[in-house]
Amino acid sequence: MDLDSIYRAEYGRCVATLTRLLGDIGLAEEAVQDAFAVAIEKWGEAPPPNPGAWIVTAARNRAIDRLRRESTREARHAQTLLLHQADEPEEVGPVRDDQLRLIFTCCHPALSPLAQTALTLRLLGGLEVAEIARAYLVPEATIAQRIVRAKKKIRDAGIPYRVPAEAELPDRLPPVLTVLYLIFNEGYTSTSGGLLRTDLSLEAVRLARALAELMPDEPEVLGLLALLLLVEARRPARVGPSGELVVLAEQDRSLWNRELIAEGHELVRRCLRRGQPGPYQLQAAINAVHTDGPATDWTQVLALYDQLLRHSPTPVVALNRAVAVAEVHGPARALAAIAELELPGYHLLPATRADLLSRLGRTAEAVSAYDEAIALATNATERGFLEKRRARLSTGA
Amino acid sequence: MKKYLLAVHLDESAAPPSETELRAHLARTGQVTDEMRAAGSWVFVGGLLPSHATTVVHPGNGGSTVTDGPFAETKEQLGGIWVIRCEDLDQALGWAEKCALACRCPIEVRPFEDSRRA
Repeated sequence: MDLDSIYRAEYGRCVATLTRLLGDIGLAEEAVQDAFAVAIEKWGEAPPPNPGAWIVTAARNRAIDRLRRESTREARHAQTLLLHQADEPEEVGPVRDDQLRLIFTCCHPALSPLAQTALTLRLLGGLEVAEIARAYLVPEATIAQRIVRAKKKIRDAGIPYRVPAEAELPDRLPPVLTVLYLIFNEGYTSTSGGLLRTDLSLEAVRLARALAELMPDEPEVLGLLALLLLVEARRPARVGPSGELVVLAEQDRSLWNRELIAEGHELVRRCLRRGQPGPYQLQAAINAVHTDGPATDWTQVLALYDQLLRHSPTPVVALNRAVAVAEVHGPARALAAIAELELPGYHLLPATRADLLSRLGRTAEAVSAYDEAIALATNATERGFLEKRRARLSTGA
Repeated sequence: MKKYLLAVHLDESAAPPSETELRAHLARTGQVTDEMRAAGSWVFVGGLLPSHATTVVHPGNGGSTVTDGPFAETKEQLGGIWVIRCEDLDQALGWAEKCALACRCPIEVRPFEDSRRA
């Protein structure tokens, strides 16, 4: 493994652990970055067998050195904390996972939604500011400023570094679920470069699993985990031999990960037994239908989308529902259903419109809708897919 | 421990409360203050008279000038404050929720500058 992939894989874990040890996110990041700088010099061609542990130890030592050189009361306090904790056994509590604790800090309701996701992607996902900016279609400076401001607020306002108590969960959980879902999606359709950032998706699945272990009685947590597993299961079939996008209907189902599907289905059944449906459980149920049997039962999918739209009446849900409408009632009804939708900058709206128009034989309109979608798509693989579709139309194939 | 200011944002354009409403209001906020005292979180509490009684002193030209009225002519004015001592923001937000429900006004939660070093 090269240093870049180690950085990507270990950065979040190391920052989370150092945040626990130092009690300050800014100091933790500095220490981890210092340690990676040392690693570049020391590792050469052969990184140690457990690079994460190496980084944590090095970062801890760098932090102690740095704090010793500083003489402020804060630095002395952090140093005492660090030296004191070093010899203690691993903290025993409901959650051992430092990252889970950090995600609740990053997704604290006292921070703005954009700051929550940006901070989580930066600190736990190890994404660079530029990558986050691309994912949110906002200038890099905006993201950088949000992150700086959020870290400052965490420190100054005293946002704690812990998993909230049971009674606080109804308020504290939804932003965490949203952020995990966004991280997964960023990995599933990377905003830049190739289609997949498998590491990010796996990280989101890992965090969702940890969350589900911590909160086995929260149906939406189970729903989110089931959703991620059922989408993740189809990953091997989603990209063709030359890296091109393969849509659901054309996927080779034998490539799907049966184990993940079985686990996802079991979670969906557990959710159903609880009878408290929510947006993530409904999306998981839709994906359970997609992965059940040799073909999708679109009538069932449409019924679930109707229910989802009542829970979350957003344009994106309405757009996804339209795909099911097309399968059940035909493309004309679907086209009418999305006619009024407004999703500025979202390439999947014109892409869906283009597909429906082409199925209705309205080729010229379909071509211009594809053009619009291609101009908006930021992912090269998706753009390639749309270009191929458009080319197929204009040659009449 | 950190110190936080809980500032009550009172809508002065709303109709003034009746005598009964005012008594009920004071009973509710007084109960929150008692709870703060019992929990060891209380530092200070004070209700303020409306902004008609406010005067602002501005520095300038080596001296100062005095003007009538609140600093900012907005309909929401500072109606009162609590100062509390807490472990972290979550505890402060817990108290702020009680204050918001008791006052039926938005509560601004601000950490004191010295709280990081205290």
